[in-house]
Amino acid sequence: MTDVLPIDGIDGDSVVVASIESKSPKRLSWDRFKRDRFAIAGLGVVAFFLIIAIFAPLITKILGISPNALDRNSLNDYGLPNGRFGGISGKHWLGVEPGTGRDILARLIYGARLSLFVGLVATLITTSVGMMLGLVAGYLRGRVDTFLSRLSDLVMTFPSLILTIALVRPGTQRLEAMGVPEGNPARLTYLMLVTLFFGWVGFFRIVRGQTLALREREFVEAARSSGAGPGHIIFRQIAPNLWGPIIALASMSLPGYVAYEAALSFLGVGIISPTASWGIMLQDSVHYYRADPTYFFIPGATLFVLVMAFYLLSEGLRDALDPKNDRQQVA
Amino acid sequence: MTNPVVLEAKNLVKYFPTVSKGLLQRSTDSVKAVDGVSVQVRAGQTLGVVGESGCGKSTLARLLMRLLPPTSGTVLLDGADITSLTGRELRAVRAKIQMVFQDPVASLNPRHSVGQIIGTPLKFLKVKSATGAREHVQELMELVGLNPEHYNRYPHEFSGGQRQRIGIARALAVGPQVIVADEPVSALDVSIQAQVLNLMEKLQRDLGLSYVFIAHDLSVVRHIADEIIVMYLGKVVESGSPSDVYSTPSHPYTQALLSAIPVADPRAAASHKRTVLVGDVPSPIDPPSGCRFRTRCPRAQDLCALEEPALIDRGQGHPVACHFPG
Repeated sequence: MTDVLPIDGIDGDSVVVASIESKSPKRLSWDRFKRDRFAIAGLGVVAFFLIIAIFAPLITKILGISPNALDRNSLNDYGLPNGRFGGISGKHWLGVEPGTGRDILARLIYGARLSLFVGLVATLITTSVGMMLGLVAGYLRGRVDTFLSRLSDLVMTFPSLILTIALVRPGTQRLEAMGVPEGNPARLTYLMLVTLFFGWVGFFRIVRGQTLALREREFVEAARSSGAGPGHIIFRQIAPNLWGPIIALASMSLPGYVAYEAALSFLGVGIISPTASWGIMLQDSVHYYRADPTYFFIPGATLFVLVMAFYLLSEGLRDALDPKNDRQQVA
Repeated sequence: MTNPVVLEAKNLVKYFPTVSKGLLQRSTDSVKAVDGVSVQVRAGQTLGVVGESGCGKSTLARLLMRLLPPTSGTVLLDGADITSLTGRELRAVRAKIQMVFQDPVASLNPRHSVGQIIGTPLKFLKVKSATGAREHVQELMELVGLNPEHYNRYPHEFSGGQRQRIGIARALAVGPQVIVADEPVSALDVSIQAQVLNLMEKLQRDLGLSYVFIAHDLSVVRHIADEIIVMYLGKVVESGSPSDVYSTPSHPYTQALLSAIPVADPRAAASHKRTVLVGDVPSPIDPPSGCRFRTRCPRAQDLCALEEPALIDRGQGHPVACHFPG
């Protein structure tokens, strides 16, 4: 909304001196964010990968490549790509996979799809569950808080990687018995469940701490004297003040999950080949690192660029959403 | 002084248990924040509550507001006991008694627009207004001296005095009879204090409001109150009209408080007798036996440690809780 202040000029006429814009906290944060060039660059890269992931089938079709089509002609007698730098050519822009001749660019594009899907879903479920439990524990305190806090301590002491690897077979079998389709759907469901089990704790702790502090603020008492119940106070009064740290933390944990999926696929407990995943590509490329270093470099560099972009974005978000910066922009 | 009593508290007590850290979280001690306070607020009048930090003023306000449950004692609104109401009945009470908070920054949610903030009580207390909710809120904004066009603005865009006006508008939204104001001006500049106080007085005249006005600034209370209670360590030590308390202070604590007000005239200041209290306020976990003020009292005698003085009129024309008033 815009106000026009009429202020008396020297000759007594009313002149429009300034139009003062009213800025909501969201608007202020966006203004701060826009000034951070690294964050904007991060946002651009993330958006680029998102578009690639969403339109993967379309893009590969236009380029005339496929993630699973074998191209024996591009390989020599030893199964290594013809030509220099892993067989980079007009037909295969990023070269081909040794042994099979599958197009690396196409696999990278489909791998982005999987990586971002895993990252987004994992972040979404851990954030929402952690936030919900943190709000409830911080607001209600008492026994609920004690129970949830001790539970979070317990989960934190679990060796998560070992358990994830050890339970992958019984876990997926159990899911398949419950009707989840065999193969990658079961693997992905298993990974999401394990991620949720270990991942909510970080969000829970932050949100609980913030809620404990916020519930003592006078605006909460004001809401209570206005007749508001716990639901309104938790979700309408306290939660809006948590979006800053939550968004920052979520955008920070997302690249972690992208890398986590790659690591698990690399270790053989994530996605099952032939589905394209950056982790599987990395794992596969290790066997050829002497003969075909380009194959190792490309998924590694892509993963690095995406994770880096996410971190720059989350840094920018954290600075922009920090309420301590709120006043600086109020002119 | 013949106006009917609107809000009354009888023998209010609030102990906060102190939880000792350890495996067995047994409550051993308690902070005696408010210990047997009785007050009466009359229609259209202002009860001033004064006392230094930690004497239980804010706790008293929250007990009257039913934001805290009292350990014992009763709160009566219009003669009806509201001490143990819950749910719908409590909401009905909240429409009659509202609060203005001390901190103009912390009492307004930074993520809500002014319109939302002032409209919150309307939403929950189901008060029907002739016009729509938005118009009603804008009328309130106009009433407290805010520009109604700022409906969509956020608290950070306002000054301290304006924010306190937002808080007052929120308290007025449901048309309450009583407003409990917990140090409403102590966070403001002196020039702004006067504006907010004048606004509150004007609203009282126009709307017939009753105030419980809590402050540590004695001159502010003298300006606005019709009746004053002086608190020390959770108890009322002296009460009466402003002229009683300010002209003939009888409790040594009240006398010390009043003597701390600076005198503007330097010649008068030379003859101004200053009573300086020594020591600190004792811990409210373990208050002194007998009279709670005796550890800092210039007139303390043996009797004071043995027997707690009752709050009665000892010939001063108003109640004083002191064995040796003077």
